[in-house]
Amino acid sequence: MNAPAEFSTLMLGVLGVLAFATVVAQILRARLGDGPVIDNLVARINAWWGMVALLAIAMLGGRGGVVILFAIMSFAALREFLTLTAKSRADHWALVASFFVVLPVQYALIYSDWYGMYSIFIPVYAFLFLPIVSVLHGDTDSFLVRVAETQWGLMICVFAASHVPALLSLEIAGFEGKNVLLVAFLVVVVQLSDVLQYVWGKLLGKRKIAPSLSPSKTWEGFVGGTLSASLVGAGLWWMTPFSPVQAFGLSLIITLMGFFGGLVMSAIKRDKGVKDWGHLIAGHGGFIDRLDSVVFSAPIFFHVVRYFWSAV
Amino acid sequence: MLRSFLAGNVGNAIALFARLVTAVRGIWQGVDPTRRQRIYFANHTSNGDFVLLWTVLPPALRRETRPVAAADYWLTSKLRSFIGRDVFRAVLIDRNPQTRTDDPVGQMVDALKDGSSLILFPEGQRNMDETVTLLPFKPGLFHVAERRPDVDLVPVWIENLNRVMPKGEVIPVPLICTVTFGDPIHVESGEAKAAFLTRAENALLALKEGAV
Repeated sequence: MNAPAEFSTLMLGVLGVLAFATVVAQILRARLGDGPVIDNLVARINAWWGMVALLAIAMLGGRGGVVILFAIMSFAALREFLTLTAKSRADHWALVASFFVVLPVQYALIYSDWYGMYSIFIPVYAFLFLPIVSVLHGDTDSFLVRVAETQWGLMICVFAASHVPALLSLEIAGFEGKNVLLVAFLVVVVQLSDVLQYVWGKLLGKRKIAPSLSPSKTWEGFVGGTLSASLVGAGLWWMTPFSPVQAFGLSLIITLMGFFGGLVMSAIKRDKGVKDWGHLIAGHGGFIDRLDSVVFSAPIFFHVVRYFWSAV
Repeated sequence: MLRSFLAGNVGNAIALFARLVTAVRGIWQGVDPTRRQRIYFANHTSNGDFVLLWTVLPPALRRETRPVAAADYWLTSKLRSFIGRDVFRAVLIDRNPQTRTDDPVGQMVDALKDGSSLILFPEGQRNMDETVTLLPFKPGLFHVAERRPDVDLVPVWIENLNRVMPKGEVIPVPLICTVTFGDPIHVESGEAKAAFLTRAENALLALKEGAV
């Protein structure tokens, strides 16, 4: 329950930004009247209030809170992912094992700080054993596609996502007891980058960056969003073990990985013929729509910080 | 008193469980969730079908909507009988023409007379063949509709539940399901049984296209 003092400062800042966004959206609605864009904007902002509240509660709950929150998000994300892929009855037991064995075991390993095991559990053990479970059923139709899609879903929705709470296990000299701030730093920078790309894109966006993948992504949004979010990240150096320049560099890595993660997940949506991954977060779509940038940046951020800053 | 209190809570618990596993969403495409008397007729691939349909109904509609179900399944144990009779207040029909004493059409018409809406699976049994989208409808829907032409017949497509819980499995896989409600149909005056049943089947099949 002992949140570091910097956490309260950050929360004040985030709530200030949300309050500002809410006021701006109401002014826009009063000026321009109701419309699908304004409705979506208001829904998005309202959902942000809920997501910020959930994250804050989880972080105040410490290691257990963050691990449980991300385990639940992994569950919802994996459910969205496998809904679009799983087609065969022969995979029933492999899917049951993915949800009710692999996912809880991965988060239990994260909770118990067993770096050597949580780093290889899904890439090695799940990777080898789930196809064995499937093959015992004897159905060879699209066998490789089926096992590959299930493994990919686990890597993205469980393995990569679990690297956010894994940040709590890093040991950085002079930063003891403050690791929750690394989680907050990552989540704030990557989500802010998404928001700022949307804002810059709506204000200035002209040249489409990947029209066949994601018609709303523009060069102006990409450059403006990643750079401004990285500058904000640099400005948050006081809550991290990094210098301002280091915080900027790490933020740039986070925002770039987040951007390309969004593109990759869009490509999968296009391939499967859907617009959103789900419908549970009003205005945003599904959990994966909101988490795609986080899951691509979290493992890289984790390993860079671990290699250069952490003792373990 | 205690029994009905228990039944209400068990019903809510089952609906909550269905939501936790399937994140089920009702898509009210052709009708609104209002308190009109209706027969919801749906595709049938899993024993959980009517639970899912019932879950997406608003609570006020749940209380007055009764599934039509097979007595030979729901009366085989005390627990099933409690869930079938008390929780869902199912209209239990005997599927075997040789042994039955009640006429299923009469039972359904009686339930409609009490003001209830019905959930009906006109295929008559679970469709276990993945290569067939819909089995041919049994004539019951036609006979009930003929006697109560004022009641809306609402086609309902249930997507994905057969993957959540394939036949013979006991542990459900959490996958997202949708329940799509289409435009209501009615028996037209002088319409023949076969023509009506084909029209009803097509109305249901048309919903499958939009359901993801």
